[in-house]
Amino acid sequence: MQVKSYAEYAASGETPEVLFWVGCAGSFDQRAQKVTRSFVKILNHLNIKFAVLGSEESCTGDPAKRAGNEFVYQMLALQNIEVMNGYGVRKIVTTCPHCFNILKNEYPSLGGNYEVVHHTTYLQQLIDQGKIKLTDTNQFKGKRITYHDSCYLGRANEIYEAPRKVLEELDAELVEMKSCRTKGLCCGAGGAQMFKEDEPGKKRINIARTEEALETDAQIVAAACPFCNTMMTDGVKSFEKQSTVKVYDIAELIAAGQGLDTIQL
Amino acid sequence: MLVYFQIYLFIAFAAMAGFYAYRGYRRVYNNIMLGKSEDLNDNTTERFKNMLLVAFGQKKMFKNITPAILHMFIYVGFIITQIELIEVFIDGVTGKHRVIYHAVENIPFLKFIYVATISSIELISVLVFIATVAFLSRRFLIKVPRLNKPELKGFPVQDAAIILISEIYLLTCIFSMNTADMALHHGEYGFAVSGLLQHFLSNWDESSLHLLERAGWWGHYIGVLLLLVYLPYSKHLHILLAFPNTFFARLNPKGYISNMPEITKEIKLMMDPSAVPPPADANAAPVKFGAKDVMDLSWKNLLDAYTCTECGRCTSACPANQTGKILSPRKIMMDTRDRLEEVGSIVAANNGVWKEDGKSLIENGYISIEELRACTTCNACVEECPVMISPLDIIVQLRRNLVMEDSNAPAEWTGMFTNMENNGAPWQFSQQDRLKWIDN
Repeated sequence: MQVKSYAEYAASGETPEVLFWVGCAGSFDQRAQKVTRSFVKILNHLNIKFAVLGSEESCTGDPAKRAGNEFVYQMLALQNIEVMNGYGVRKIVTTCPHCFNILKNEYPSLGGNYEVVHHTTYLQQLIDQGKIKLTDTNQFKGKRITYHDSCYLGRANEIYEAPRKVLEELDAELVEMKSCRTKGLCCGAGGAQMFKEDEPGKKRINIARTEEALETDAQIVAAACPFCNTMMTDGVKSFEKQSTVKVYDIAELIAAGQGLDTIQL
Repeated sequence: MLVYFQIYLFIAFAAMAGFYAYRGYRRVYNNIMLGKSEDLNDNTTERFKNMLLVAFGQKKMFKNITPAILHMFIYVGFIITQIELIEVFIDGVTGKHRVIYHAVENIPFLKFIYVATISSIELISVLVFIATVAFLSRRFLIKVPRLNKPELKGFPVQDAAIILISEIYLLTCIFSMNTADMALHHGEYGFAVSGLLQHFLSNWDESSLHLLERAGWWGHYIGVLLLLVYLPYSKHLHILLAFPNTFFARLNPKGYISNMPEITKEIKLMMDPSAVPPPADANAAPVKFGAKDVMDLSWKNLLDAYTCTECGRCTSACPANQTGKILSPRKIMMDTRDRLEEVGSIVAANNGVWKEDGKSLIENGYISIEELRACTTCNACVEECPVMISPLDIIVQLRRNLVMEDSNAPAEWTGMFTNMENNGAPWQFSQQDRLKWIDN
């Protein structure tokens, strides 16, 4: 798999088109790593000159900031900004809505001004430009897909349509959960909940959301966020439905539709 | 003589109500100003647009159609009934009866406008009556879940009942007044609804009708004054504050949480080894991170608290609340307001100076740590609020204080912070391994 870092680009005197911000989940979480690879396969297939920061990338600081630790957040943010401004980064694409939100909305006032796009919007643009052509959509025929809105894409940044438009390309039936778009129910991971136990209550939030997903009778739950992906995958497992209901990131579905990846359905 | 006595009484009531109302509203204003300053005057065009669409136009109410329509009846009814109040006022200070009507009764066009106006007030009042009964039954008979949550026990539910019952009281007064007046004048005015109702009074004698008309007139007037005085102590204050609150609502995307400039300064010093820290100012107040009490919040958070009408759309959309956690975004707003009232009365009793009372907005019967920790920052509460309140903004500021001042975080979060500081990721992986996904 061909991946070049910004340092390598800089050494060869070239400027990449876009920085692919991989994020911590995309770098370390085994499930999210697959999404990272699928997205890179799409970028490579289209000969897009992208760079990663590799070991120069740090967490954006999102979970610390939302947990209340502004110190840790700003320490990481200012380091990241120093690195990116050093390379003259202009445009960033990321597969994580939390990275997307913080890079787009909160880095500017710390001196980090970039054009930031989430990968679902990026994929939609590539489809609209006719660059992505789906050849292997037969595997999706007759399947039902339900899209789970990520809070940090949806309500936080009002991105509701791009992920859905991308999914429409798959020739499957797109079905909505009881609460969707502005009313989309959280998966339970945001605000640094991903990294701690739920507070005492009747049930876990991901279970409530998975119930809604299962009610649609969809075979595929489409996610656009590594944390939603984990939460929904755990939820499906707790109902022992993992053999009939699969949770995939939109990048994985598109890569499969392009014949770049195989997925189990 | 009697006329002068009535004029005297009318003005005396107005003056008394004015005095107490002024004290009430002044208190609310002073309390809001206890918050930290925050400049929210930029982009006035966008702000006017928000106010026009969301407060005046009720845009966000219409996500939920049944209560939206019922609420619209009461809202429109409230506004256009104020027209009739103008005549009540003129009559009250002049000691005359239906001054406007008698001024226009010989000018057909103006008379038509007058009769049409009063008739439409009567018609909308019928709708207001239906809506009020519907609201009472939603709250007390059907028991709509969001109107029956634990945080509403006690005064909040009484407050809601007082407001709804006084609406029915005011409608009864208006209809008694107009119907008796129509019966006394043999339907001369030609009002739409009282014209029908007057037949019920066909066998009343003139003095009883007169008494009923006066009772309705005075009852309405005194009711309006009492409501005006009660409003600043009630959740119903939203009828006024919805306008400034939508105007001053933050315009950033909902995902945005402000950066703390005082921290940026410190970190820049840390990152720059050659930096010389500015000489410490011995007189400067110690910097407090985040908010522990109401005066650490922005004035906009406090305006939010007074604007909240406790409808609970936020709470019923909250994923934590839906899954049985104790967090309720509505309670965040109610606790903020209650604590602000407490702080405000201490400040008022000490000639405008705050005297520590050993309490704060966190714990002490207000917002518990468990509630604060349950939030997923999903913005469902912010999205739902029909008047653009942000409970999330308060939650984040309180979390900052817990974490940065008291080092009060669950063990998992402490570990996460350490990992982020040491290896740039919330998990314990080496930063050098960030490209391992390529080969896995």
